[in-house]
Amino acid sequence: MTTTLPISLTVNGHHHELEVDPRVTLLDLLREQLELTGTKKGCDRGQCGACTVLVDGKRINSCLALAVSHDGAEVLTIEGVAHGEELHPVQAAFIAHDGFQCGFCTPGQIMSTIGLIAEGQAGADPERIREGLSGNICRCAAYSGIVEAVLEAQQQLARTDRRTAA
Amino acid sequence: MRDFAYLRATSTEAARQAAALPGAMLLAGGTTLIDLAKCGVAEPETLVDITHLEGLDGIAVDERGAMIGALARMGHVADHADIKGRFPAVSEAVWQAASAQIRNMATIGGNLMQRTRCPYFRDPSNFSACNKRQPGSGCSAIGGVTRGHAVLGTSEACIAMYPGDLATALVAFDATVHLGERQLLVDDFFLLPGATPDKEHAIEPGEMITAVEIPASAAARRSTYLKVRDRQSYEFAAASAAVGLELEPDGRTIRDLRVALGGVATKPWRARAVEDALKGKVLEPDAVRAASLLAVEGAVDHGANHYKIELAPRVVARAILTLGEAA
Repeated sequence: MTTTLPISLTVNGHHHELEVDPRVTLLDLLREQLELTGTKKGCDRGQCGACTVLVDGKRINSCLALAVSHDGAEVLTIEGVAHGEELHPVQAAFIAHDGFQCGFCTPGQIMSTIGLIAEGQAGADPERIREGLSGNICRCAAYSGIVEAVLEAQQQLARTDRRTAA
Repeated sequence: MRDFAYLRATSTEAARQAAALPGAMLLAGGTTLIDLAKCGVAEPETLVDITHLEGLDGIAVDERGAMIGALARMGHVADHADIKGRFPAVSEAVWQAASAQIRNMATIGGNLMQRTRCPYFRDPSNFSACNKRQPGSGCSAIGGVTRGHAVLGTSEACIAMYPGDLATALVAFDATVHLGERQLLVDDFFLLPGATPDKEHAIEPGEMITAVEIPASAAARRSTYLKVRDRQSYEFAAASAAVGLELEPDGRTIRDLRVALGGVATKPWRARAVEDALKGKVLEPDAVRAASLLAVEGAVDHGANHYKIELAPRVVARAILTLGEAA
């Protein structure tokens, strides 16, 4: 019989005390135990990026992360980025620019974009955005819409930052 | 994934002791280990989690060199201003490796323990023969699809390619790996497959990588990592070169040259024959192209990977000439 281990996790601002099998990935914990199915399981091998979430502010592949190893971590998933009915600027930009077709990769694309913008490395250079998001595969190939969405979201967030700072 | 016991190490010493037990493996970023556990290649009985250890993730750079803690994340190393400034090839190798998500997870120590991407090695349910997984069972790659396999350092037992980028830059600049008290050149840390391809690293039970040290040099400061691949990002190298160059005060004679190859060999591959042929010579395209052919001396192809023998010298030559132009 498998022994479960106690961990605590903050997910989208909510604190959880959990019992986990040591083999359970953060992805499976989110989807199966916390019923946060917005984070998708694509390849389950760290190759497609559909499972991207932010852990302590950094984007990672939750399919390669053992939940037990992330005891005490703060996790942000796609369910936690909007403010009530108001979409996160990255979500709104993906809609405005058709940054998806089937939508399966979209939660991962959006979380990866939020991580990319927070890293502050991509700037307004489409080439660097493509490089920065290369860990997120879109089999519908909505890439041109995704790059446009990232560019707009970045400008939008910079404007908001300036207003907040002023 | 097979069931395993989980143990969170509270000190480096405790981690070493726990990892010395049969069936125990160290867990850091997990990007190789969890992947291979899902493939059925890694079957640990105990995982010793070292990610909560403190003081092992620092990056310190001064005029003597860089000391990078084993738990420093790849993303942190790639973005570090002093690594970019004094060891550009190291930063370039790391940011061209994997994806941003994986670089945020994977550690430098774990990166050195990265296993091959040989598809036969990674697929035990379909290919039972693999000398790396099961010594003596044979090699499914020889006679199979070999486009991504090594042309240098191979043996009759194994032709699996070493896929990493960072270690290629590390061997070019004589970096050492710290295993607690013991230190080894990174070049000596990686073993040729020979008759024992299952043994990839000169690390013993009870040892743990604690840091990587890169000595400063003029060649490291003027260096680059050129990675040629099937797609522009998030792909392993078809062939890559870490190159460092130091010129004499005349601005054209080569005083020091470092060349290492990735994507073509069974381990990070220092190409000393290229270095020796060009040191003391004037940097000019024909001489560089001729000397770069020495990078693949002794190369053996297995059909579909023949292109690497032509590609690797061109990558080396382009990297050297690019550095030469960027005076």
